[in-house]
Amino acid sequence: MNNLKKIEYSLKKRKRQESRFKIYGLLGIATAVSFLCIILSSIFMEGKKAFLSTYIKLEVYFDPDIIYTSNDQKEEDIKFANFQKIIKNSLNSFFPEISDKGELRKLSNFISSSEEENLMKLVLKNKQLVGQKITLWLLASSKIDVINKNPDMELIAEEDRLISDLELNWLNEIRSANNIKSNFNKNFFVKADSTEPEQAGIWGSLVGSFFTLFVTLILSFPIAVAAGVFLEELAPKNKFTDFIEVNINNLAAVPSIIFGLLGLAIFLNVMHLPRSAPIVGGMVLALMTLPTIIIATRASLKAVPPSIREAAIGLGATKFQTVTHHVLPLSLPGILTGTIIGMSQALGESAPLLMIGMVAFIVDVPGSFLDSSTVLPVQIYLWKSTAARGFVELTAAGVMVLLSFLILMNGIAVFIRQKFEKKW
Amino acid sequence: MKKSSLAIVALAFAFSTESIARDQIKIVGSSTVYPFATVVAERFGKTSGFKTPVIESTGSGGGLKLFCKGLGTEHPDITNASRRIKSKEVKKCSKNGVTDITEIKVGFDGIAMANAKSGPMLELSLKDIYLALAKDVPADPEGNTVKPNPYKMWNEVNPALPAAPIVVIGPPPTSGTRDAFNELAIERGCKKFPGRKALKKKDKKLYKSQCRSVREDGPYVEAGENDNLIIEKLVADPGALGVFGYSFLDQNRDKVKAAKVDGVFPEFEAISSGKYPVSRSLFFYIKNAHASVIPGIKEYVREFTSAKAIGSDGYLVSKGLIPLGESERAQFEKDGKNLAKFDGKVLNKK
Repeated sequence: MNNLKKIEYSLKKRKRQESRFKIYGLLGIATAVSFLCIILSSIFMEGKKAFLSTYIKLEVYFDPDIIYTSNDQKEEDIKFANFQKIIKNSLNSFFPEISDKGELRKLSNFISSSEEENLMKLVLKNKQLVGQKITLWLLASSKIDVINKNPDMELIAEEDRLISDLELNWLNEIRSANNIKSNFNKNFFVKADSTEPEQAGIWGSLVGSFFTLFVTLILSFPIAVAAGVFLEELAPKNKFTDFIEVNINNLAAVPSIIFGLLGLAIFLNVMHLPRSAPIVGGMVLALMTLPTIIIATRASLKAVPPSIREAAIGLGATKFQTVTHHVLPLSLPGILTGTIIGMSQALGESAPLLMIGMVAFIVDVPGSFLDSSTVLPVQIYLWKSTAARGFVELTAAGVMVLLSFLILMNGIAVFIRQKFEKKW
Repeated sequence: MKKSSLAIVALAFAFSTESIARDQIKIVGSSTVYPFATVVAERFGKTSGFKTPVIESTGSGGGLKLFCKGLGTEHPDITNASRRIKSKEVKKCSKNGVTDITEIKVGFDGIAMANAKSGPMLELSLKDIYLALAKDVPADPEGNTVKPNPYKMWNEVNPALPAAPIVVIGPPPTSGTRDAFNELAIERGCKKFPGRKALKKKDKKLYKSQCRSVREDGPYVEAGENDNLIIEKLVADPGALGVFGYSFLDQNRDKVKAAKVDGVFPEFEAISSGKYPVSRSLFFYIKNAHASVIPGIKEYVREFTSAKAIGSDGYLVSKGLIPLGESERAQFEKDGKNLAKFDGKVLNKK
């Protein structure tokens, strides 16, 4: 009787323990998910603003006196014409009451300096425009864009605000005339870095990432698969292969910056490859990715049941035939999954690239493996460390682009695993 | 692994055997000059028809190290610096064959000490800064002997300052801002003590090591070559004081406010007139041997030194650069045009 009571009592206690255990687990998951939600939502709230930019409608008069400085109206004149003045005049015709030089200069800062080039190209394409007055939507400068997108910034005190009260009044006047609109920010997807937030884009670093990862894949995939197959299928088990195995596992845990130092010492200082080039970045990241793929290759080769190898050998196949006809095809889904995960790790890496000069201000979109370029995470870092306010949103938008590529790559890895992996 | 590294080496050599010509200017150097140089580079790329130069922000010391490594396309063509080149660096340069360089001064920058808007208003003197941040401070009022810096609170340094712990966030030793801060703030504060000043004549080396070194026991926090990070840390910690260039102060007036140093705020006029004590010059250095090899170097220098860029009304001034006087600017424009050789001897005179 006494024992039964004891059991009854302890049963309650044990059940309580179990439910507590469950709650701890749930709490763990809830905390992790809520952190993720906070990070993602704050990035999304900030970043979504970067996908829109502000445009201002203006009547632009292509004054022949400004465009053609010489009498014979050459094309050269258009190229060197002062389009800033044309924009200034158009703004002035909207605010005819402003005559002070300093105020006019402030006013002309409403329009992005990139529009000077765009107007020049427009006139070069269609010379009939000279002397005409047409209505155009011109890209606003980042300052105006930030204020327009964040209405609560208008409420803070003048000395803390990006623009003065006077400029805010002008902006409100433009608004009341319905001459302002938000439109899709095309620059973000077609341009590279810039010092002006409204002209900066992610495309340059995206191309840089592509070139870099291409080199990484080309180098690391064949080498790692060959190494993995050799170690798993062909190599004898002895002290030497054990030593290699320990070292590969060690390499997988080496901090990435070490690979950057290695790249600096060997690829740049000894081989004299160019600084900041995707080819070097790809080689450094390939070194970093190799152990990951080798380990994945070996794991998926191990997962192929020995009966398959024995059957093939039993039928008279050579080792080479066994591996290439049977074992490798069966383990390929696992190898690919490991490769893609290694690649997405490389995509998000910035520390080793710092050492080989890929952290740089680069305006031109790279055109080859030897051109200077940055990569996505580095671009995000560079924008984050810039002073101008407009880059805050671009940074978050850059993170969104990087995250979507990572999700896409990991999604493909999961898909391959689910679709092609065989269970024995 | 043996196999893999062999293959990589083989591939890399295949690439490196064909000589890699470069048609793009490469620039390294100071993070303080970086925001100005990028603006010039971008304009230059748009208007000149040359490729836009590539600019890395490595810090003044790191930039000069890369710059002085040698001649050839794998080395940078120009380095930015927020302090003057040192005679040690000139020697290192010429040892590696970089004997012919041109020095261009582009403008001034004030080093601001600032804290978060919500923090207390501070009025510091150079002496306060020295006593709060130096590694060794005078043990007697005259400053004849020194002891390791014991001060933890601002009011121990100067009773007029608030009773708050000393926390100063600033750049690391590779930064030109840090060099200038050591020289302009710490050392000048040090000189206020007669005993220290006397030491300069007796033992220059000891004087330099004692009067230019910042404490490493906690109150001075190194924040890396990233001035934005310093600003964010200041906002998060209203009790901390930050050290960074005037252009960053100018861009972040909604977040931080500057402290008065010797009674003067780091303002445009005060810095260009030299009234604000902690101000320094910004430079860049050109490798003259590269000017004939890499296209666009001369044109880039012309753009950077033009009145349109760094004149009193130039576009860099609206970005926070404090301009040179017109005659000085014209002189450097001429130097840039002729690639006037920099004579390392002027450094020894000082």
